[in-house]
Amino acid sequence: MNVISTSKPHRRFHAAPLLAPCVAFLFLWMIVPLAMTLWFSGEHYNLLIPGKSAFAGWENYRSLLATRALWVAMGNTLFLVGLVLLITLVGGTLFSVLLDQDFPGRNICRLLVIAPFFVMPTVSALIWKNMLMNPVFGLFAWITRSCGLGTIEFFSRVPLLSIALIVGWEWTPFAVLILLPALQSLNPELKEAARLDGTGPVALFYHIELPHLLRPMSVVAMMEMIFFLSLFAEIYVTTGGGPGLASTNLAYLIFRDALLGWDVGRASAGGVLAIVLANIVAFFFMRVVGRNLEDYR
Amino acid sequence: MASANLAWKILGLLLGAALLAWMLYPSPSRPELTIATVNNADMILMQQLSKEFEKQSGVKLHWVVLGENVLRQRLTIDISTGSNTFDVITIGSYEAPLWGERGWLVPVDDLGADYGYDDIFKVIRQGLSYQGKLYAAPFYGESSFTYYRKDLFEKAGLAMPSEPHYEQIRQFAQRLHDPEHGVYGICLRGEPGWGQNMGYISTLVHTFGGRWFDLDWKPQLTTPAWNEAVSFYVDLLRNYGPPGAITNGYNENRALFANGNCAMWVDATSAASYLLDPSQSRVATTTGFAKAPIAKVPNGAAWVWSWALAIPGSSPRSALAKQFIKWATSRSYIARVGERFGWVWVPPGSRQSTYDNPQYQRAAPFAPLVLDAILHADYTKPSALPVPYVGIQYVGIPEFQAIGTEVGQEISAALAGRVTVEQALALAQADTERAMQGRQLK
Repeated sequence: MNVISTSKPHRRFHAAPLLAPCVAFLFLWMIVPLAMTLWFSGEHYNLLIPGKSAFAGWENYRSLLATRALWVAMGNTLFLVGLVLLITLVGGTLFSVLLDQDFPGRNICRLLVIAPFFVMPTVSALIWKNMLMNPVFGLFAWITRSCGLGTIEFFSRVPLLSIALIVGWEWTPFAVLILLPALQSLNPELKEAARLDGTGPVALFYHIELPHLLRPMSVVAMMEMIFFLSLFAEIYVTTGGGPGLASTNLAYLIFRDALLGWDVGRASAGGVLAIVLANIVAFFFMRVVGRNLEDYR
Repeated sequence: MASANLAWKILGLLLGAALLAWMLYPSPSRPELTIATVNNADMILMQQLSKEFEKQSGVKLHWVVLGENVLRQRLTIDISTGSNTFDVITIGSYEAPLWGERGWLVPVDDLGADYGYDDIFKVIRQGLSYQGKLYAAPFYGESSFTYYRKDLFEKAGLAMPSEPHYEQIRQFAQRLHDPEHGVYGICLRGEPGWGQNMGYISTLVHTFGGRWFDLDWKPQLTTPAWNEAVSFYVDLLRNYGPPGAITNGYNENRALFANGNCAMWVDATSAASYLLDPSQSRVATTTGFAKAPIAKVPNGAAWVWSWALAIPGSSPRSALAKQFIKWATSRSYIARVGERFGWVWVPPGSRQSTYDNPQYQRAAPFAPLVLDAILHADYTKPSALPVPYVGIQYVGIPEFQAIGTEVGQEISAALAGRVTVEQALALAQADTERAMQGRQLK
């Protein structure tokens, strides 16, 4: 006890100056873009109208909050995050349980399940748009037509669901990548004991494997949420945010203001609101997940 | 151990020195030009032929080739923030006058007497000028017209008039629509965007007698002409168009038509050489051409657009850049493309001399129609009603990119059947009013 208390301040004294450059760098890394965004969001600044940048106060926020587009985009963002999380977690868990079994060709199967994650988002979105979901050339249309069911116009009728499907396809492998090793770390004696007690496969999954997976699942959910809040490539490539605003999320709305309207001020205000939304979501999410973990423990 | 350490240190020092020397070494004195261009077929040919320019002039060319949207974003950011990345840029007739007005471009009206300014079509020159000064040299120009399938028309006993009316187009589409056999009555742009569906819809609104703004810059999107035009468009495309039309832009429609899925298509004249190329198109021998359809008035029924080469004001090598632009947009360049790649591939729509050339007339059966469309399109009078703006398929104001994007989105929602045409136009009107608020402050 005595030894620790004397050595600790000693060590901290040495560490602080060594750590300082690194901390300063990381701080600048974070604060410079953030400060610039905050600054621009308080300016009238349109790239196509030079010499007209002036202090705007809350004007950008006011005009953004007054548009319908912002609220639709916020709703779409949350809906997309929720839906894709559901798809990847359910799909990832089921695939993991399946791939945890011993069967011939298991390694090839694992490889195939992981593969979609390594396809670039724009490429996979293009493939889904033009080769699978296209109502004239697409595979799905061909299947439904040959069953005499007609075609589904994915991107006109169910744009958000279609995008969620594509993103879900891309990110399920990520869930498998984390959940499968977690499942493999489950002590086999535990399962064996349960089986000896006469537990069926469904009960085994529900009472032993699923509780074991809760913690890695929350890790998957948290990491994926970071990416899903700023989904862009899939929307840009497939629907362009439409029809109407049906598939415009916050990231796409900011892109639209910044690069199609050249309104840097409004786009920055949108960016700040996106940061706020992300923090609110993260706050509630952490609480829910944290409580789950507490209960589990 | 110590000697190994020493060896690493020496190696590191040597590498560092080499890096420093490489960075500080004076770059070779051969002049260089950086050119940003769009990935259209005509520009790719220019890139291939530019080896000859490099040999003649001793200038080294660097190419940045991008898709239309990305190019536009890149160039706008570049030029509006004054960074001089490029010496020659490729812009359209929307940007040239706006950027010329802001002093972002070097005028290109002094390329010499042998350049033949009078040979360039007047409407194309006008579109690239601000207050009579030419700010970009046209590489090629286009208008819009109607493509149709001669074989399908013949089989159904129909005849496409040379100057079709939209009501006739609707009847043809109804007769020829045969989704069972993968043939759709008509293909039109549905993908939202100011350069996608709004390009087409603007011509439709104008020929229905409407306009974007009145003389006080008040948006006119809730007027009967807009309602009629957009209702016609939505009705036509939903009933006789391909499924999923809201994701079809220019490229998707071109693919559909080339694959034989469309009986008619109203779009850019520049797709004609592609559709007549048997190696890329299944309808090379069965494609017919007619003028852009008219609804009520001929004003603004067909658009005009040109891709042109310009020089950013910040470029320190504008004299060299002018030399390149002169080479790439001259009559002799057009002749060179004709000799080397075939006359159907020469950049169209920029010069009268191309259309007077019998070799081009033979290779391009659509040439007289394109010529007619370009000669008759009036860029300064897009609507039958008086308007404060220029431009047919766009409005020549900086706010239009944002307006066109938002209105395009609302109309795509109507096309998808999520809202009615009235609702879509009311929302579009509100979007446009908001975007124009800044202008009224001026």
